[in-house]
Amino acid sequence: MKILQFREALNEAMCEEMERDENVYLMGEEVAEYNGAYKVSKGMLDKFGPKRVIDTPISELGFAGIGVGSAMNGMRPIIEFMTFNFSLVGIDQIINNAAKMYNMSGGQYNVPIVFRGPTGSAGQLAATHSQNFESWYANCPGLKVVVPSNPKDAKGLLKSAIRDNDPVIFMESEQMYGDKGEVPEGEYLIPLGVANVIKKGTDITFVSFGKILKVAQAAAEELEKEGVSVEVIDLRTVRPIDYDTIIESIKKTNRMVIVEEAWPLGNISTELTYMIQKRAFDYLDAPVRRVTNADVPMSFSMPLVEATLPSVEKVIAAAKDVLYVEK
Amino acid sequence: MAKKKSLGKETYLHWYESMLLMRKFEEKASQLYIQRKFTGFLHLYIGQEAVVAGSVSATTENDNMITAYRCHAHPLGRGTDPKKVMAELYGKVTGLCKGKGGSMHMFDKERRIFGGHGIVGGQIPLGAGIAFAEKYKGTKNVTLTYMGDGAVRQGALHETFNMAMTWKLPVVFIIENNQYAMGTSVERTSNVTDLYKLGCAYDMPSEPVDGMTCEAVHDAVSRAVDRARKGEGPTLLEMKTYRYKGHSMSDPRKYRTKEEEEAYKKLDPIEKVLKTIKDKKYASAKQIEEINKRVKQQVEEAVKFAEESPLPSPEDIYNDVYSEPNYPFIKE
Ligand SMILES: Cc1ncc(C[n+]2csc(CCOP(=O)(O)OP(=O)(O)O)c2C)c(N)n1
Ligand SMILES: [Mg+2]
Repeated sequence: MKILQFREALNEAMCEEMERDENVYLMGEEVAEYNGAYKVSKGMLDKFGPKRVIDTPISELGFAGIGVGSAMNGMRPIIEFMTFNFSLVGIDQIINNAAKMYNMSGGQYNVPIVFRGPTGSAGQLAATHSQNFESWYANCPGLKVVVPSNPKDAKGLLKSAIRDNDPVIFMESEQMYGDKGEVPEGEYLIPLGVANVIKKGTDITFVSFGKILKVAQAAAEELEKEGVSVEVIDLRTVRPIDYDTIIESIKKTNRMVIVEEAWPLGNISTELTYMIQKRAFDYLDAPVRRVTNADVPMSFSMPLVEATLPSVEKVIAAAKDVLYVEK
Repeated sequence: MAKKKSLGKETYLHWYESMLLMRKFEEKASQLYIQRKFTGFLHLYIGQEAVVAGSVSATTENDNMITAYRCHAHPLGRGTDPKKVMAELYGKVTGLCKGKGGSMHMFDKERRIFGGHGIVGGQIPLGAGIAFAEKYKGTKNVTLTYMGDGAVRQGALHETFNMAMTWKLPVVFIIENNQYAMGTSVERTSNVTDLYKLGCAYDMPSEPVDGMTCEAVHDAVSRAVDRARKGEGPTLLEMKTYRYKGHSMSDPRKYRTKEEEEAYKKLDPIEKVLKTIKDKKYASAKQIEEINKRVKQQVEEAVKFAEESPLPSPEDIYNDVYSEPNYPFIKE
């Protein structure tokens, strides 16, 4: 094992895959000469040259589409969005083209492309720079959506995403890039669509993914001190969703809180809750609860940011409701 | 209408005081940011002040402005109280947008400032839309739509230029070409590095302008505004300017040289205006000192006001989301 930053793990994944397959290239704003807006692609221009590590103008619609077109013709592009907020400028190419091509062409043209970049809030960046579109992309058949929470998963999942023959949305976080964690030596892959039971427990299950998983973990630690045994599950992929791991867990703990950085209406929590009531109705000892963003755009000011995001306190409160214990 | 404003003593003194306020305000904001009095992004306009100063003197208070996230100078130039801009940087309820927008989103409806916008290029169609409304209502008001050199590579620009020209919308598109979009120089983004030429494909009157000089900006904007008021449609002005500081506060500026930065600082718009004021004896040394003092005091008062103002309360997140008063938010 070695210790790597999240950004270094992503960098290794991209470099290894580019060494392995000459059709893989990286394209996006500031990815080459500037070494990446968040230094994820540091050193890659030097290593692979400007043919394969390509700076673009601020033209998301154009370079998303160029990525898709090239993927239809044999390339395996990694398209970086400086953040996924800006993917909205190019979302037409993702939803109408990348996600549809294989189906519309009757299986003739697959689109092996990865769109990656940070998602969600990252400090006080206000309404347009703090959004989570995981559930938007996950809603769309034809796409896969990966949201890693730690360096080891980031590397293994990104390598799988690059090798995947279908379009993959791969969502990171500015606030995780500096996180350090153990990463195995040598080559490894983590399959898409398999959740990770991070911690076993018997009294209640927490489900989360991406950066906000840390909030769920911190809440779990607090509750453990009070004698509550919490099982923590990292979804890792929100399309496809590993429903079986979730259902299995709730059959054991009978209680669940889902922690998600996203607006509440029609998000991943909603989907999980539907599937849980359908497949494990008789196992539930309490309604499933979710802790999500407030149902509002993200404001700039700190008290408003705090009021909007999930927090350890909010998760503990929800857990205690579900456990029917005094707060 | 359409009469060229004379560039006399008053204009020069106004330019000087206005640009000095923008400069001192942002220098202070930068210090405060480093002291961690507030966080988020902070994009400074330092070096580019002539673009706003010359546009303000060439327009009236009924004309509209919309810009990107580098948006402190535009309201200050239009006379917005610096207290409200500073309080917004601090995220205080007394800020221009009640602490909801922060540095990137300065809106001042009273002064017809239609905002600072964070999605690069997103304001380009909005500016044309604001102009569309003026034309629809039959006013003579013109809309100045600012964008960076990076923003011109967004597809929205082309769609908007085409419609704005076809419909002869009263809009002036102003490129603040400070030569870099983050770490990317204009040359690295296109074969077309004379950005004013982007208007030519639509037969839009288009010209390059010395954006480090108030007089040049004023003249070019005046001509464009006249044309718009006469119903002749949009103009594209490429202001050649320079940002002295980094893109935001965390930019080491490795993509350019110290020599280049120094060369531009020699063209400083504030220094130039000050020199004219001195040469033409528009003000005595004492009067200039008074202006400097007044600006300093305004900035100090703005900081004091921001520091002493209250933060919003958590329940405020549910205000200003819908104009409907009792919207049923999902609260669980
Ligand atoms: C659609 C979109 N893509 C990317 C970004 C990230 N971004 C913010 S500012 C910027 C550079 C813009 O440069 P320019 O238009 O020249 O304006 P300047 O900062 O020089 O004023 C980039 C790439 C964004 N905010 N929106
Ligand atoms: Mg620029």
